[in-house]
Formats: sequence, C-alpha cells, structure tokens
Amino acid sequence: MGLLSKKDAGLIKDPLADNNPITIQVLGICSALAITAELKAAVVMAISVLFVLGAGNVVISLMRNIIPSKIRIIVQLIVVATLVIIVDQVLKAFAYELSKTLGAFIGLIITNCIIMGRFEAFALGNGPWKSFLDGVGNALGYGVILIIVAFFRELLGSGTLFGFPVLGDSVEKTGLYAFGYENNGFMIMPPMALIVVGIIIWVQRSRNKALIED
Amino acid sequence: MGLKQNLHNLKEKYKGTKMAPAFNAIHTFLYLPNEITHGGTHIKAADDLKRTMNIVIMALVPCLLFGMFNAGYQHNAAINGFTEGMSFFSGDFWNMDNFLIGLKKILPLVIVSYVVGLVIEFIFAVIKGHEVEEGYLVTGMLVPLIVPVDLPLWMLAVAVAFGVVIGKEVFGGTGMNILNPALTIRAFLFFAYPTWMSGDKVWVYDAVERAGSADAISGETVLGSLAQSQPLSYSVSDMFFGFIPGSVGETSTLLILLGALFLIFTKIGSWRIMLSSVIGALAMGYIFNLVVDAGVIGETSKFYGLMSLDFWKHLLIGGFAFGAVYMATDPVTASQTNKGKWIYGFLIGFISIMIRVFNPAYPEGVMLAILLMNVFAPTIDHYVVQGNVKRRLKRLKAKTA
Repeated sequence: MGLLSKKDAGLIKDPLADNNPITIQVLGICSALAITAELKAAVVMAISVLFVLGAGNVVISLMRNIIPSKIRIIVQLIVVATLVIIVDQVLKAFAYELSKTLGAFIGLIITNCIIMGRFEAFALGNGPWKSFLDGVGNALGYGVILIIVAFFRELLGSGTLFGFPVLGDSVEKTGLYAFGYENNGFMIMPPMALIVVGIIIWVQRSRNKALIED
Repeated sequence: MGLKQNLHNLKEKYKGTKMAPAFNAIHTFLYLPNEITHGGTHIKAADDLKRTMNIVIMALVPCLLFGMFNAGYQHNAAINGFTEGMSFFSGDFWNMDNFLIGLKKILPLVIVSYVVGLVIEFIFAVIKGHEVEEGYLVTGMLVPLIVPVDLPLWMLAVAVAFGVVIGKEVFGGTGMNILNPALTIRAFLFFAYPTWMSGDKVWVYDAVERAGSADAISGETVLGSLAQSQPLSYSVSDMFFGFIPGSVGETSTLLILLGALFLIFTKIGSWRIMLSSVIGALAMGYIFNLVVDAGVIGETSKFYGLMSLDFWKHLLIGGFAFGAVYMATDPVTASQTNKGKWIYGFLIGFISIMIRVFNPAYPEGVMLAILLMNVFAPTIDHYVVQGNVKRRLKRLKAKTA
C-alpha cells in the first residue's frame, strides 16, 4: 500500500468528495463566496488554509493532552491566530498586490469554521500524523471547491483565467466577443457564488444518492 | 383518423417509457385526455391549470400587440420626430410599417423564450418522470414583454435557462417556486448584462447599432430621464396610452388596465393585490411629494426629479402597472390569505416607489419589490393564520369561561 495505510489515505480522500467541508458539511461558505471571483485569489486562499489547517492540527494534536478542556477554545484561537498572522505577513512581504485584493479575508481565516471544526472534532482526539493528514485533506477539499467555483466565476464573469484573457479581448472585440458575446456581470457578484456552490452540491448529490439527507 | 387519435395512439405506444411525459404533454395541451376519472365523487371543472394559464395569456396578448406597434413607432419617431398629442387610435401609431418592425424584433424574443423554456421543462419532465407542467406557458409570454426590444437573443436564452432551472426546477417545478420565474429571468438579465437592460439606447430598436454614427438615435425611458432630474418630456396621455420607450409590453397603462379588469372579471387575478399595490405606490409617492413640499429636498438633490413627480404619475411610468397586474398576482408566489394579500400588495407598491426614487441605479423598483415580497409572502401568511388562530382561541375561552 506504500506510504499511507488505507485508513490514513481515507483521511485525505474523504474530505475531497464524500465528506467535503463545503458541499457536505456546508462550512466555510463565507470565504468561498467572498474570494472566488478570481482564480488567483482562490488558489492563494486555498494554500493559506492548507498551511493553517495542516500546521494547526499538528500543534493542537501535540498539545491535546496538556490543554485543560475548559480553556481549549482560547488555546485553539491563539494557535490559529498565530498561524494566520504568519500567512498574512508572508503574503504582505512577497505578494503585496494579492494580499491587498484578499484584504481582510486572510485575517478572517481565523473565523473559518472548518479550522475550529477540525481542531475540535479531530485534532483533540488523534495523534499528530493523523491530524496532519486530516488537516491537509480538509484543506484540499475546501480548496478544490474554491477553485472550481472561481474557475467558472472568472471565466464567465471576466472572460479570463488567472488573469489571462482566454475568450478574447472584451474591449477590442476579438475572439468570442466579436460574435457579440459579453461577460456576465452577475458572476462577479457574491450571490452567484452561492448559486454555483449550490449547483456543485446539486450535481454531487444527484451522482451519489447516499449523500442526500432528509 | 384525426390528430387526437394519432396522439392518443402515440401516448399508448410510449406508455411507461422515458419519453412518455413529452407525448402526454402535447396531447393534453391540445385536447381533453381520453381517460376519465374512475371511482366515487368527482368534479368536472373546465378551469384547470391549463385554462387558467390560457386566460392570463389572453390578457397579455393586447400588450404584446401594442408592444410590436410601439417598437416600430419608437424607432420611426426617434428618426422622424414624435407626433404631439396623439389620440389612442392615431394612424401614426397603428400602421403596418410600425407593426412589421415590431414583429421582426419581438417575434424572435417570444420564440426564443418559449423554445428554451419548454425544452428545459421537457428535459426535466423526462428525467424526473413526471408530467410536463404548464407553468412555463405564462412565464414564456411574460418574459418577452418585460425586456428591452434590442436585447440580444442569446442573452435571453441564457437568462431563461437560468430562471427556469434555478428559479423553478430546483424547488420542484411549477407551484413549488418561491420567486416569480419571469422576474427571476429579468433580474438575472439586469444584473448580468446591465448595459443591455438600462441606459438610453436599448429601448429603441436599432439605437445600439447606430450609436456613435451620424444618424444616432436614442430614447431614454421616462424613469431614466427623471432619475437625472430632467423635465418630463411626454404628456400624461402619451404615458397613459403607452407611446413611450420602455420594455416591450409594459408601456401601455391603458391596455394593462383592461387586462386587469379581464383578470379580475374571470377571477384569475386577485383584485386585492392589484388594488393594495396601487394604494401602496400612491402612499409612498404622496409621502415623497410631502417631503418635497416641506422643502427638505431641494432642486439640487439627485432625488428631486423622481420625488417631485406628482404621486399619481408613478402609476403611469415604468413597469409598475405591468408588475402589479401580471406579476404580483402570480398565485404561486403571492400571499394566499386575503388579509395577507392586502399587506403583500401594499408593501410591493410602497417598496417599488421607494427603490425607484432612492436608487436611480435600479430604475425598475417594481421588479425588486415583487421579488422581495415573494420571499416574505409565506411569512406574512404564517402570521395572518396564527393571528386568526389566536383570535379564535380567545373567543373560545370567552365563551366557555
């Protein structure tokens, strides 16, 4: 089986599909709506959450036996806050423009329910290696949805992918625009992100009926 | 063997297969089905869903025809100049030239709307294995009437697909939708392609094509020019008869009024909603007039143009009349209780004038007001019913005590 045992592999694979944090647990919706208008922002967000959740899960898991349960939420918050500040500072140092577009949403990773959720539900009760895998899996599951949503929103809303005009130039009227195609302004607005997430949920559940809850 | 028998045979042949709903739909749309009700008591009534829908469509046809003439008239008038003080039956308006221009532009809108909408309905019926629902018949007619005449057809197709799938099918189809599908389609167009849904070009056929050239023409809607505090350039009779630029079928308040009377007479549309939304609009308009009279808002304010408009003129301009008569009364998305209908209608009128005045970027307040109240309709009904329950309980207590 190689690197991971079957159970460990499940920790990574499950959140990608059948136990996806966004489409199944419906967590972290807020940031999924806010920063998915561009692919670049979505990718950076996904990587940031990957780092915070992966590292955070390990830290919490290592400390799980010495944290008094009465103050565990505070401890978790401090861990997340520390990691988020690191991410924020790194972005400011090396990708200033991007950190400006992402604005408050990097700081708001602290409030992303997926992170506190995984700390509470998994890291407090499992060893560091398992917690690391769980964190990475959930962050990847979150990131995949973010990128899918951002792909459609950027393509249909701005006609670009990662900033490259793939459908032609909307001002010069080349490519598709020569035939009268126009960007869909609704796609850039947050309500449409909710609808796109909804469609993903719809498609996923109609492919796998077991996911439908009453 | 007639068409009916042929269709019936087809129906029998495909019974139980995936495509059955599609054939059944055509059959029952054209004819009374061959099946008869079995068993005990049953009522045979002619006013089933399909007939109801057809009556609404009949009420819409005058607006559609007027819209065709008006499309041509606006185009020619923008080039040759407007006729002052036209009477309703003026030959300058009702002529073949105007009608043909309108027919050329509007018939494709109607066709695209129906084809896209019905194809989606058929697909969903086949996937889900239920009968094709009639819900799209009215929506399909409403949609071309509430869009600008120069709207590109592919945009309409995209919007109809969105509106029918997201606005209706995800909730379970006809009768289950929260939002009015026709308005969902219009709202989608409005937010997705704002340049094609507002401004001073799209309302007149050919104006977009000619923009920037020597024979450029334009036609600002009454709402649009008022939002920029320009004086009213149309007479009251023009606005009442509908000789003004605007979405295809919503300009003629006179014909909408006749349609409203027809709907009320046939008991299809709720007079409570229509009346209360008119009252709501007048109330809000009157409040704004008072504010202007009190001198709170000066002529320099960006709200002055619309706020100072005589309150009753709000009923004549924009899509208010059309929305109140044909959209607010949609039996699925409106309030169900009588008291609820009064509240629902009043708030639609009230809010649409408020949006109209305070947000010139969203000139058509009635669309957003109806969508908003669609969302609140179940809440209103809930409290009306609960209030009723409480009152009866109190009465019961008083009796037994």
